[in-house]
Amino acid sequence: MPDVRYSIFSLARNALSHHQGWPLAWRSPQPKREYDVVIVGGGGHGLAAAYYLAKLHGISNVAVVEKGWLGGGNTGRNTTIVRSNYLLEANAHFYEHSLKLWEGLTRDLNYNVMFSQRGVVNLTHNDAQIDAARRRGNAMRLNGIDAEWLSVGEVRSMVPLLNCSPGARFPINGALVQRRGGTVRHDAVAWGYARAADACGVDIIQNCEVTGLRIDGGRVAGVETTRGDIAAKKVGLAVAGNSSRLAAMAGLRLPIESHVLQAMVTEPLKPVLDTVVTSGAAHVYISQTDKGEILMGGDLDFYNSYAQRGNLPTLEHVIQGAISLFPFLSRLRLMRTWGGVMDMTMDGSPILGKLPVEGLYMDGGWCYGGFKATPGAGWCHAWTIANDAPHPLNAAFRLDRFHRGALLDEKGVGASPQAH
Amino acid sequence: MLLITCPWCGPRAHIEFTYGGDATVDRPADPDAVSAEEWLDHIYLRDNPRGPHVEWWQHGAGCRGWFKVRRDTWTHRIHRSGPPGADLGEDEPR
Ligand SMILES: Cc1cc2nc3c(=O)[nH]c(=O)nc-3n(C[C@H](O)[C@H](O)[C@H](O)COP(=O)(O)OP(=O)(O)OC[C@H]3O[C@@H](n4cnc5c(N)ncnc54)[C@H](O)[C@@H]3O)c2cc1C
Ligand SMILES: [Zn+2]
Repeated sequence: MPDVRYSIFSLARNALSHHQGWPLAWRSPQPKREYDVVIVGGGGHGLAAAYYLAKLHGISNVAVVEKGWLGGGNTGRNTTIVRSNYLLEANAHFYEHSLKLWEGLTRDLNYNVMFSQRGVVNLTHNDAQIDAARRRGNAMRLNGIDAEWLSVGEVRSMVPLLNCSPGARFPINGALVQRRGGTVRHDAVAWGYARAADACGVDIIQNCEVTGLRIDGGRVAGVETTRGDIAAKKVGLAVAGNSSRLAAMAGLRLPIESHVLQAMVTEPLKPVLDTVVTSGAAHVYISQTDKGEILMGGDLDFYNSYAQRGNLPTLEHVIQGAISLFPFLSRLRLMRTWGGVMDMTMDGSPILGKLPVEGLYMDGGWCYGGFKATPGAGWCHAWTIANDAPHPLNAAFRLDRFHRGALLDEKGVGASPQAH
Repeated sequence: MLLITCPWCGPRAHIEFTYGGDATVDRPADPDAVSAEEWLDHIYLRDNPRGPHVEWWQHGAGCRGWFKVRRDTWTHRIHRSGPPGADLGEDEPR
């Protein structure tokens, strides 16, 4: 495989040949009969796990098996917000590890993932929200993570187009900001990890759906796919939204419901918003893409769904919230809307670790927020597979926490997947 | 938009209703007699099927009653609905 590093020099060299000479970024090999590790799911998580297995653990006889195309799942459908502003200790350390990996990822992968640390601003609208935000901010700082409290005046000067008037539908009385948070170009994350994993010898196999798991005497033996059976000593699942279906192939039931989450973009504008703004009360998060579109996401549709599309009332609800914060949005036309299917767990936190079948591992249950987790989850998943034991960073995300009553309920809302 | 039929009020728009989750999950009859595994199963574990799903809905903006709906989670097609005691049976032919 040709190893061409992307750089100003290779760019200049290829310009001379009118960019006709670039090699493919990754191969498309036929699946082999057997691998040491098969990762199911070619989203950012699965590709990252394969990359770190090869790069950090010396396990490169690995295949990533994807039923569609790379990043065609939630990796390519999300609103790309990354942050580590969590209250609970286990979440804080895990997401901070992930954020640190984001900070070095473009260099590590030799692929520009367009990480933009434009800050993530969580608005507050009442006294109770101020208390909760400041408590979370203090917890973050105690965990060594950046957090800053902003007064209304500071919010207004940072985001001039926000409706900060006292008569607003959701009057703003402050905000918690994490300046190291921001956005990443989602497709580039899948492509960058794929290219880097391929360069380490990982086989990336697209258009290949896993239809069954081979289990032999309580141990995983491989996967059955639409392109034939593949034997494997270990199998890692990274199939966001479809975790219950894959687990069922091993006879397991999970504390998960699949739900659809929608997002949308407006027509492109000149730059008007250079940070990410979120509001829990208005049920909306907003940023502006590099192409100029205003990107908005909000709530689930709130019923079990495996359809990658939702309904208009939910979009209307999100748009109402967005317009209450940014009145200028009412003049824009919506360009596209879409949906993705997500694993909603019973406590709102992920499941990342061993499953009760030898050699079977899972990275799923990410609810609304697994894009930011991509590097950290791939890193921990690879560690867990290589060592057959969780790393301390993902030890709290074990499946048996539900059995032990050791839930990680960041919001304190109880066992309700819709509430997280 | 989903068009959901309340057994008492008839077909109404989705926005009048609140979702209540999997209706095949039954609370153990005698809480003192169940093991930790059975509680785990009841409180946390779900079949989460891709396909027909019998689920609870509440008609919050109408009669406020709870009822069951048989709906396909892959196509969003609603097969039928009925009162809480109803057995919503098999799929309707397409
Ligand atoms: C609208 C929306 C907005 C979001 N916004 C954010 C956000 O702002 N910030 C954030 O951090 N997170 C966000 N998320 C969540 C985030 O997108 C996901 O948690 C994350 O991308 C999951 O990555 P993944 O690689 O696990 O999943 P995916 O990218 O979905 O990859 C899983 C892959 O598995 C494949 N697969 C499934 N079944 C099989 C099978 N049987 N055989 C083979 N392959 C299979 C799928 O085709 C898919 O490509 C959002 C999600 C949505 C839907
Ligand atoms: Zn009614």
